Amino acid sequence: MIDFFLSSLLSNNIALTLILGMCPLIAISTNVKNARGMGIAVVIVVTLTAVINYPIYQLLVLTGTEDLSLLAFIITIAAVVQVLEILLEKYIPTLYNAFGVYLPLITVNCVVLAVSQFFVTRGYNYSETAVFAFGSSLGWLLAIVLVASIREKLAVYGDLPKGLRGRAIVFVILGILALAFSGFAGLSV
Amino acid sequence: MNLIRIRYTKWFNIIKNSMKSNNPVFVAALGLCSALAISNTIQNAIAMGLGVTFVTMFSSMFVSMFRNYIPSKLRIVTYMIIISTFTIFVQKFLQAYFPSIYDSLGAYVGLIITNCIVMGRSEAFAIKNPWRYSIIDGFFSGMGYTLVLVLVATIREPLAFGTLLGFQVLPDDFTAWASMGTASGGFFVLGLMIWILRSWAKTYEEA
Repeated sequence: MIDFFLSSLLSNNIALTLILGMCPLIAISTNVKNARGMGIAVVIVVTLTAVINYPIYQLLVLTGTEDLSLLAFIITIAAVVQVLEILLEKYIPTLYNAFGVYLPLITVNCVVLAVSQFFVTRGYNYSETAVFAFGSSLGWLLAIVLVASIREKLAVYGDLPKGLRGRAIVFVILGILALAFSGFAGLSV
Repeated sequence: MNLIRIRYTKWFNIIKNSMKSNNPVFVAALGLCSALAISNTIQNAIAMGLGVTFVTMFSSMFVSMFRNYIPSKLRIVTYMIIISTFTIFVQKFLQAYFPSIYDSLGAYVGLIITNCIVMGRSEAFAIKNPWRYSIIDGFFSGMGYTLVLVLVATIREPLAFGTLLGFQVLPDDFTAWASMGTASGGFFVLGLMIWILRSWAKTYEEA
């Protein structure tokens, strides 16, 4: 189980090897504080939705309607995000103010839907699903914080050609990080 | 003469905006996940591009047809449901008629739902415009996306596998660049392409 967790966190990092959740990763990684807020919100939502979607998928299989799983997953995700937003606003307003703005954006973060798809295509059981969801969302948090901290330094010390500023350099950073993360392949405890 | 008259019509502007000045990948940085993951072979790029075009076109059309009945608080969920209906359609179509492409695209077909291009066109264009404009806008946004995907794939496929559309183009003793087929190759190629295009079009961004 620890191997499984590590592989979803590092060697099969969901952002850097499977290239998921790129739009928010590029849009929100301009400073570490925002990146961390977004990352933590993603960890919570991904883990919750995977744990909820798994029994729903089993129910769909039982009734023979697993073709509609995409529709069911996306409704669950939208609902979880909405409920989480309402609950946080009411009971933990400080936390809501800290990453309330990122919550609605998560509905369109493909990491959330992808994790729910992977447990179907890869045939994980319930505990594997939970570990995989937690590990890969933590991996996404790691990736966005890494990119954000490099960009923060780059904004101060970097002297880039005009055309490379902004998005283009983020891709180059991501490429180098992806190469570095491929070094984790075959890691085991 | 005709050409000049076309230039100033609304149709022409929609097409120009969605292909060039609003190109989803280069200018707005939308739909990147699949753009990077899928663009290692041209075949995948075309299949994915057409899938996204289809979904964007029809979900834009439906969103704008129902735009007067969608409550603004529930609009995101409504988009989601419309989009996922068409995505399931694409998924089943590929599974039935092109099983090999379906296998190599894997989970990314389902991820068309969360492709920001589809959602972005619904939110930015379809909700405010009549359906016949929305369908054109959706089609050309999808085509702009396909174009970029195919461009990136044209660079990556020969370098990663020595082939072009499945045909051997580079000599047999060419050492394939393994990293071109993986994530990092996609990042580098797209980054460099944006750099070249920005310098050429002189559209820079700050920071």
